[in-house]
Amino acid sequence: MADNTPTEWRRSFELPSERGASRLVTDELLAQLSQHGWSADDVFAIHLAAEEALVNAVVHGNRLDLAKIVYVDCQVTPHVVRLEVTDEGEGFDPARVPDCTLEERLAQPGGRGMMLMRSFMTRVAYNPRGNSVVLEKRRGVPPEATD
Amino acid sequence: MSTKRIEISRTGDVSVVRFQDRKILDEAAIQELGAELTALVDVDNRKAILLDFDGVEFLSSAALGKLITFDRKVKTAKGRMKMCGISPGILEVFQVTKLHKVFDIRGDAAEAIAAF
Repeated sequence: MADNTPTEWRRSFELPSERGASRLVTDELLAQLSQHGWSADDVFAIHLAAEEALVNAVVHGNRLDLAKIVYVDCQVTPHVVRLEVTDEGEGFDPARVPDCTLEERLAQPGGRGMMLMRSFMTRVAYNPRGNSVVLEKRRGVPPEATD
Repeated sequence: MSTKRIEISRTGDVSVVRFQDRKILDEAAIQELGAELTALVDVDNRKAILLDFDGVEFLSSAALGKLITFDRKVKTAKGRMKMCGISPGILEVFQVTKLHKVFDIRGDAAEAIAAF
């Protein structure tokens, strides 16, 4: 029987900096993940990480400034998913984000997006300015330690 | 009582909250959800609240924030809140963020209600 799994999907998006914009990416991304044979558990993980990265870029990066764009590059193959999310904000230092799992921070309502991305993806890497993040998921490969 | 984001029923003294959305991630929906949950305590003065996540497949960190705020509100009002029906994916989110230490998480609704 012929294998009809597609080999690769690539697409770039330019998102407006408004709430709900992430769906412009995630709706199509989820459909592509399914078509490329990713499991429900992996789809959950990738969806979660993508949502967090996109919302961070729109809300914290571009601060909902409609004059600014969030640039997204997506690549899906049967073995690797890669997303690059870049905003036009000033950037930030991910090393200065406090650990949300510290006892004294557990009751804080915010600050969990970055930890979720790192826990559910194989690799999460920021550029030096801190306004662009690459998320990678490799099938069957657990998260690696990131700086 | 039925609202936009949640449906509320009663079992004895326990108010059981079920979610209308399979995915709790849209910012506007999360704000509405937060307001509806808050009204359970501020308006209805409910003291025993069970959040039943049966059917919920996905929630974002913004939704987690709203749940933390609500949990604090219930405790401040000297009420009790428990959760049940949590999917394996969402349970992993709670474990990664260590929120399983903050929330009282039970298996199904019957087990949770019996524990109030």
